[in-house]
Amino acid sequence: MNFIAHSKAAFAALALAASPALFAQDVAVRADTLHTMAGDPIADGVVVIEDGVITAVGPAASTPIPNGVRVLSAPVVTPGLIDAHSTVGLAGYLNQDADQDQLERSAPIQPHLRAIDAYNPREALVEWLRGLGVTTLHTGHGPGALVSGQTIVVKTVGNTVEDALMVERAMIAANFGARAYGREGAAPGTRSKQIAMLRGALIKAQGDMASFDADEDEDSPARRDLVNETLQAVLAREVPLMITAWRERDILNALRLAEEFGIEVVIDGAAEAYLVTDQLREAGVTVILHPPRARQFGDLENASFTTAAALRDAGIPFAFQSGFEGYVPKTRVVLWEAAVAAANGLGQQDALAAITIDAARAIGVEDRVGSLEVGKHGDVALFEGDPFETTNRTLGVVIEGVVVSETPR
Amino acid sequence: MPRPCNALVSLGIRDFEGTIILTTSNLLRAARLACAAMAIAATPHLAAQDRPIAFTGATILPITSEPIEDGTVLIEDGKIVAVGTDLAIPADAEIRDVRGMVIMPGIVDTHSHIGQVQGADRSAPIQPEVRAMDSINPRDFSIERAQAGGVTFANVMPGSGHLMSGQTFYMKLRDGETIEDIAVYDEDGNMLGGMKMANGTNPMGSVQGAPGTRAKSAALVRQTFIEAQEYCAKDEDERETRDLGKEALCEVLAGTRLVHHHTHRADDIMTVLRLQREFGFRLLIQHGMEAGDVAAELSGAGVAVSHILVDAPGGKLEAQNSRITSAADLERAGVLVSLHSDDPIVDSRMMLRQAALAVRGGMTREGALRALTINPALQLGLADRIGSLEPGKDADFIVLNGDPLSIYTLVQETWVEGDLVFDRSDPEDAVFATGGFGSASDGRAAFHHLDAEVLNLENAQ
Repeated sequence: MNFIAHSKAAFAALALAASPALFAQDVAVRADTLHTMAGDPIADGVVVIEDGVITAVGPAASTPIPNGVRVLSAPVVTPGLIDAHSTVGLAGYLNQDADQDQLERSAPIQPHLRAIDAYNPREALVEWLRGLGVTTLHTGHGPGALVSGQTIVVKTVGNTVEDALMVERAMIAANFGARAYGREGAAPGTRSKQIAMLRGALIKAQGDMASFDADEDEDSPARRDLVNETLQAVLAREVPLMITAWRERDILNALRLAEEFGIEVVIDGAAEAYLVTDQLREAGVTVILHPPRARQFGDLENASFTTAAALRDAGIPFAFQSGFEGYVPKTRVVLWEAAVAAANGLGQQDALAAITIDAARAIGVEDRVGSLEVGKHGDVALFEGDPFETTNRTLGVVIEGVVVSETPR
Repeated sequence: MPRPCNALVSLGIRDFEGTIILTTSNLLRAARLACAAMAIAATPHLAAQDRPIAFTGATILPITSEPIEDGTVLIEDGKIVAVGTDLAIPADAEIRDVRGMVIMPGIVDTHSHIGQVQGADRSAPIQPEVRAMDSINPRDFSIERAQAGGVTFANVMPGSGHLMSGQTFYMKLRDGETIEDIAVYDEDGNMLGGMKMANGTNPMGSVQGAPGTRAKSAALVRQTFIEAQEYCAKDEDERETRDLGKEALCEVLAGTRLVHHHTHRADDIMTVLRLQREFGFRLLIQHGMEAGDVAAELSGAGVAVSHILVDAPGGKLEAQNSRITSAADLERAGVLVSLHSDDPIVDSRMMLRQAALAVRGGMTREGALRALTINPALQLGLADRIGSLEPGKDADFIVLNGDPLSIYTLVQETWVEGDLVFDRSDPEDAVFATGGFGSASDGRAAFHHLDAEVLNLENAQ
């Protein structure tokens, strides 16, 4: 055990319960190997965090630690990990009807459902992910409906969603393929119907947008329609449509839709992405890839542990997600999913990038998190060794300068 | 090694990737032609090992003895002949140089649902007459995936939706075409298996006549055993009619058929121990997510646990307290513990990782490796045949390219009774190790029909 805490334990206990903005402490983290994800790893490196923000990063020999700063140390240190797509905080861990807020079944297209109205920052799985090193979570509405709702980006701390919030409306979640068919004969029941319904909704929003332009009082409550407003934001490229598309034809349907409407799409899931790498590269899209160990059934029957390596080789930007789990375990952990890809052709550094800086880029927060650079948030994860080795525990986690976990996990 | 037609799956990927995407039917049409050609050249699927093989230069983990550096494993006729250094290698032996590799026993999975297994049918909560073997598809892709993960033996079971969901099937992961090919037999030629039981919330589900409470669950099981006791007390010729369910329960009561009891919550585990004391059956606790909380009681009762670790708590009420430290708690208490997949809950290809997860939770490295090998063999009563690398045992082992507990280590070869059933260097096999186009598809299932067509072609010649 190399995790050494130099300050009083009492302060740590206080920090655990605190909101980071209120109790940010000055902290320095020293590592035998410091993965900044902004350049090569630094041997015997230090990252200094003041007022929640990184103020210095470099070799210990040339990076002075200010007096009085609490120093943590570990064999390996990385930026706080980023889960590029989750349902944690909405899909509760007990998996009972009453705690499953990631899916509303009353209509197939509901882009106006906000994740901030459903996210529970005290959910047990938020704490579970945080303890393993995940500090940033892109989460929200899940699979099961053609357009299931909105997503948010949060830090894995806070007593309220407002405490945790980084991006209030990150993406609009859409789902293609058999997993998003209606129940008991309700539309959509085929892929063709899914695309027809979504095109219809976007065309309607376009038409209403055109008519509103001529209207002097377009903000009048009488004229407002939350569904249309949200789709209009998609059409105006104010927010991307994240389309979960497993099969090759679903992925191509998503790219075709993006071209028809000039919207920004993020391809999510993408189990058969290795079949359409040329099309994905030409479209210039980012892929939020399924967890490598997502069960290879149904629309994921052709998924492979090697897809991440294939995307890397094809030059397509991607990040890992924990996705959605309907049973045991209730969430996956991007740290452990990236590890499987690392071992299946991706390699350690690219796998680490896909849960740090590349994940930050995929969800649009790379200016604040994802790497250890001066000016970015002081979000750090400490490990016993190579983070991808299952046997190496997470020793501690820091979010915006607050030590939020120091229980080896 | 996959059957000949499997090759088409991987060929399809390489040929068609990045160009025009063929429809499944097109792929199958192409496959059908090539498949017929390949089958003619194929070797018999159950080729017996015809000469000794010496695996030389490896780090050997016999499990029941200390690791051996630069050692040799010698096998013949499907059995291990010798393990050690400076062995006398027969002149006619095939030498396989595996320097830099690690050899350990094949993984024994005490709880798996591979092979499209079914059992009881929801028409009643207690169905001991139902046999898993009558539903298993020996050609299902899931078996090849398990081979790719280093699994050489699996207790394949019906689910947990019934108090008693049927007889389980002990599977050797040979390259078989029929259930007989992959069965495990006793000295009298009987296929081996256990009895699947369950308590807690799962069997209180949608089954006709299912119990509504835990107390009713226990009462139904007790009544069933009491009625079986009366039946089993009679000599076979005194029984008026044969009762298939009670016949199986007689084996349970006689201790020849092991009870595999799904149970999670600590109080449910204690209920199982109570039933075991009353009826005296041989018992293996299955799952036991809260078993670590009653480790002392389990140890005191001398009851073993086939345990599961999962990546996060929750997913169902009874999994809310799961933790990765529980295997270590059981080990410390002296409970004989194994780690299982419950495939598809944990992928069969992640069994070595399960051991690593147990180590993360505080289990010893040695204990975690035993939990994949000799401990499950002991639990199943088969430690004289499988679970370690010792002379006389079945030649079931895996060849790894590194530390078994490292995530970067990949299974290179899986051997069952002297036959190479998985070879990562063969692309036809490798696709099952990673997944990929066609490796698990309905199209793959359709290959089974093609196998029959190939046989017809061969017969016509």
